[in-house]
Amino acid sequence: MSTRTGRKVGTPQGVVGTSPLRPDGIPKLQGRFEYAQDLAAEGMLWAATVRSPHARARIASIDIAPALAIGGVHACLTADDVPGRATFGLEHPDQPVLAAQEARFWGEPVAVVAAEDLDTARRAAAAIEVGYEPLEALTDPEEANRRDEVFRRMRIRRGDQSVRGAVVVEGEYEVGMQDQAPLGTEAGLAVPDGQGGVDLYATSQYVHVDQEQVVASLGLRPDQVRSHPTGIGGAFGAREDVNLHIHLCMLALHTGRPVKMVYRRSESFTGHVHRHPAWLRYRHEADRDGRLVRVEASVVLDGGAYASTTSAVLANACYFAVGPYTCDSVAVDGVGVRTNNPPCGAMRGFGAVQVCFGYESQMDRLAHALEMDPLTLREINALETGHPLATTGQVIQTPLPTVEVIKSLQAMPLPEAGPSDLPTELPGGSGLTSEPQHVTRGVGYALGIKNLGFSEGSDDYAQARVRITDSGAVVETAAIEVGQGLVTVLAQIARSALGISHVEVAHVDTSKIDSAGSTSASRQTQVSGGATLEAAQRLRERILGQFDGDVLDDEGVWRGDTLVTPWTALAAGDWEETVTFRHPPTTMTDDNGQGVAHADFAVAGHRAVVDVDVELGLVKVLRVDTAQDVGLALNPQSVRGQIEGGILQGVGLAVMEELVMGEGVILNPTFTDYLLPTILDAPEVEALLIEQEGSWGPYGAKGVGEPPTISSTAAVAAAIRAASGREIERVPVRPQDIALP
Amino acid sequence: MEIVHPRSIEEAIAGLSDGAVPLAGGTDLMVEVNFGHVRPENVVGLRRLEPLREWDGSRIGAGVTWRRIEKEGPTALAEAARTVGSPQIRNAGTIGGNLGTASPAGDGHPFLAAVDASIELTSAGGSRLVAWDEFFVGVKKTARAPDELITAVELPDELPERQAFGKIGIRNAMVIATVCAVVTRSEDGRTTVGLGSVAPTPIRAPRAETMISSAAKPTDADLAEFQRLVSEEVRPITDHRSTEEYRRHGAGVLARRLLERCLR
Repeated sequence: MSTRTGRKVGTPQGVVGTSPLRPDGIPKLQGRFEYAQDLAAEGMLWAATVRSPHARARIASIDIAPALAIGGVHACLTADDVPGRATFGLEHPDQPVLAAQEARFWGEPVAVVAAEDLDTARRAAAAIEVGYEPLEALTDPEEANRRDEVFRRMRIRRGDQSVRGAVVVEGEYEVGMQDQAPLGTEAGLAVPDGQGGVDLYATSQYVHVDQEQVVASLGLRPDQVRSHPTGIGGAFGAREDVNLHIHLCMLALHTGRPVKMVYRRSESFTGHVHRHPAWLRYRHEADRDGRLVRVEASVVLDGGAYASTTSAVLANACYFAVGPYTCDSVAVDGVGVRTNNPPCGAMRGFGAVQVCFGYESQMDRLAHALEMDPLTLREINALETGHPLATTGQVIQTPLPTVEVIKSLQAMPLPEAGPSDLPTELPGGSGLTSEPQHVTRGVGYALGIKNLGFSEGSDDYAQARVRITDSGAVVETAAIEVGQGLVTVLAQIARSALGISHVEVAHVDTSKIDSAGSTSASRQTQVSGGATLEAAQRLRERILGQFDGDVLDDEGVWRGDTLVTPWTALAAGDWEETVTFRHPPTTMTDDNGQGVAHADFAVAGHRAVVDVDVELGLVKVLRVDTAQDVGLALNPQSVRGQIEGGILQGVGLAVMEELVMGEGVILNPTFTDYLLPTILDAPEVEALLIEQEGSWGPYGAKGVGEPPTISSTAAVAAAIRAASGREIERVPVRPQDIALP
Repeated sequence: MEIVHPRSIEEAIAGLSDGAVPLAGGTDLMVEVNFGHVRPENVVGLRRLEPLREWDGSRIGAGVTWRRIEKEGPTALAEAARTVGSPQIRNAGTIGGNLGTASPAGDGHPFLAAVDASIELTSAGGSRLVAWDEFFVGVKKTARAPDELITAVELPDELPERQAFGKIGIRNAMVIATVCAVVTRSEDGRTTVGLGSVAPTPIRAPRAETMISSAAKPTDADLAEFQRLVSEEVRPITDHRSTEEYRRHGAGVLARRLLERCLR
C-alpha cells in the first residue's frame, strides 16, 4: 500500500464546468471520423430508391422486370415485399414503408433496389416502370382544414374568456418551410446475421425507436434486429423518423448480403421531414399600463402527407403560443392538417419557433401601440418561477430567469460603428450591390420559451451504464451523438461523480442497453446525463462502501492517506451500475388544454442588429447577441457552440432558408437553391449564460440546444422591421418583401 | 464513361467529332452527371490542355479559371469572377465552361455583353469569331456546333475605363444571381449595360443606353429615367428564386447604382 504525499485531493481532469477537447473533434477535423456514409462491409451491395414524381397519384402498376434484367441487380422490392407491418410512424404508423396503391407526396418511396454498385443500383431504380395515374393533390392547408383532413386539433381555454383590454393589436403571420439540412445525408448499412436477423447501422437520433419499427415491418422478433449508433453528420430533428432503415433491412435479408444506401442531397430533401410551415393569427389585448389581459391565437401547421410528429409539434406550438409572458385570459385554437405536401415533423424548436415569430411580432406591435419600450413591455409581462404558464396553467417550478434575460439584453452595448466601408460586410456582400449610403440600421429584440424533454405524459426515460475499466470508466449508452457534444458531456458528468479523470463514452446497440430516448427536445444532457450521474454516484458509493474508503480517484480507493485498493484491483472486479433515469412526470392536458404537460422550461432572448438596403431588400445581419437560461453550463464551450449554431439556424429561417413549394413539389431541393448562411451571412454573437440552481438536470443543467433557435428568427425579423419600416409578417423575409411591400 | 486527355487543340477537336462532351473545370457538367441529368459516353478532358489557358491581352483562353480572372481580369470582370461559386469552384471553373453552359444566370456573361465581346469557336475547319449576342441563343443554348470547341474569348482592344459589376442574390456570397449587371461608361459618355438573370440570355438595355449616353452630365432625373428604362427593357420570369416584378425592379436599381459608380 502506498501513502499519499502532498497530493491534492479530488482534482480529476475534464470535469463538469470545464470544456475539455471533444474526443471526436480532431478525427472529424482530420477527416478520419467514420460517418454512416463511410460504412463498408465485405460483399456489400448498394441500394437506391424509386420515388414518386407526383404529389399524388394512383399506382396502377409496377414493372420491375426491366430493372432485374440489368446485370448486377440483386433485388427490386415493392410494397408487396414488406414482410410485416406495411406502415411506420413515430406517433401513428400511417406511412407506408413503400407506397402501395397511392403515392401521397412528391418523393415518396415506391420501390427499392440493391445492386453490385451504386451506379447500377441507380440505373435499375430508373428502369423500374411505375404506372402512375396522377390525382388531384390537396396542397392548400386552409382547404385541408375545411375538409377536416387533420392530424390533431388543439383547443386551449384558460381564464375568464370575456376579459377585454383597452389596447388591442391584431396580426397574421406566416412561417415558411425550413429544412434541417444536415450536412451528412441519410446513410446506412444493414448486415444480415445469417440466422434471419439483421444488424442496422444508420443515421438516427433514436436507435431504439428505429429498431421497434424495423421489427414491426420485417415481422421479426425484437432480438433479431439490433440497431447500432453510428457516426452522424448533423440531425436537428431530421433523423427522428425512419426513412431508409426498413428498406435497408428488407434488402439485406432478401439478398443475404450487406446493403448500403446513401441519399443524394436532393433525395435527402425529400427523404426526411421538415419544419412545419405555419399560418398564425393573433389578437393581443392589454391595459394602458401594458399588462397583457387577453391573448387569442390561431395556429395552422401543414403536416404534409403523413403523421410523423405533427400532433406533438402542434401541441407545443399551442402551449407556447403566448411566449414567456403571463396572461390570465387565453384562447388558442390549433390544427395540424394533412395534405399532399411533404411530411413535416421534428426540427430544432419543435413548434415553439413558429409561434415565437407570431407572439414576438405582436409584442412589438403592442409596444408601438402603447408607445412603450419593447423590452419594458416584455419585462412587465415576464413569466417567472411560480407563475402559471399562460396557456396550460402549469405553475413553473424550476428556475426561469426571464427578467434577468431581459435585463441582460438591455445592458449589452450596441455597436458604435455605422455601416462598414468593406463592401463585403454590407448587404449584398460579395455581389457589391450596396454602399453605406444605401443602408439603414435596425435593432430588434425577441424572447422565446420552450419545454425541455418530452411532454404530455410521455414516459421519458434514459438508461446509462457506468462500468469500471482498466484505464478508468466507460459510460455505455444508446444515446446518439449527432455533433452536439453528448460524447463529451456524459464523460464529464461521470468524471465529476466518480472523481476520476479517465472516462470514455461507448455507444452500444439496442440489444445491449435500454433506450436513451431521442436526441431531441434539448433532453439528452438532462436525461441521459441524469442517468449517467446517478449510475456514477451509486457506483462510487458501492465501491467506497466495499473497501471502507473515503476517496475514489485515478489511483484507486483511499482511506485517509492510505491507498487501500489500487485501480488494477478495482478493474479486476466486475464493477458496473446501470440506471434508468426519469424526469418529473407530466400529464396529458384536459379538453381545455389545462394540465402539467411539461417537465422543465428554458427561456432565452436575442437582440439582432441588421443593416438593410431597403431599396433592394437586401439584409446583412451584423450581430445577434443573446442571454440564455442554461441552468448550469456543464461544458461552456459546447453551450456556446449550441448557441452560435442555433442562432445561425435562426438567422437562416429569418432571411433565406425555405423549401419553396409548387403544387406539392419542392422546387429547390439542392444546396444551390436551398440557401444556408455562409460565413459572410453569419453574425457576430455575444452570449451571456445565465446560471441558476434548481433544475432537475445533472448539477442543475438545462438543455441548451433549442432555445438559441427559437427567438433568434423573430429578433432578426424585428430588426429588419425597425430598419425598413415594413410590417414583415412572413419569414423568411425575401428581398421583394422589403423592396416592394 | 470514356475520357480522353488531348495534348493539343487539334486532338481535342478530333475527340469531339465522336459526339463527345467537352469537360473543362467540371463544375457544371459533373453536377449534371451527379443529378443523373446527363450521362455522357465520351468526355474530352480539357483541363490539361495548355493552349486553352493562354491569356494574351484581349484574348482570354477558354481554359482560364475564374480564380485567375479574379486576380488579373479587367475591373468589372474580376468583380464578377469573385462571385462565381466558392474559392474551390473558382479554382476549377473556367470562362469557357461558363460560356458552354450558357446559363441565363452566368456571372461572367453581363461583362461580355457590355463590352461586345466575341467568342472564338474552333473546329477541324478552322476558327470563327461569334459575337456574344449571336453566341447565346436561348436558355443554356449556344451557337456552338457539336464539333466545335470554345477556344477563347476576344475582348475589344480598348475597354471603357469606367466599369462596374453588381449581383443581387439572397445570400451574401455563393449564390445564383437574382439579377446581375455590368455598366460601362466611356469618356465620350457612351454607356453600355449588360444584364444577366433577367432574360433567357444575357441582354443589353439599348434604350436606356441611348438615353443616358447622350447625357454628358446625367441629372437625378436622367438617372431615374435610366433606371426606369432598364426595368422596362428586361424580360424576367417568376421562379423559385425570385419574382418577375422584383427582378425588373432590381435590374433598374442595380444598373442605376452601377452607373453612379462609373460617374464618380
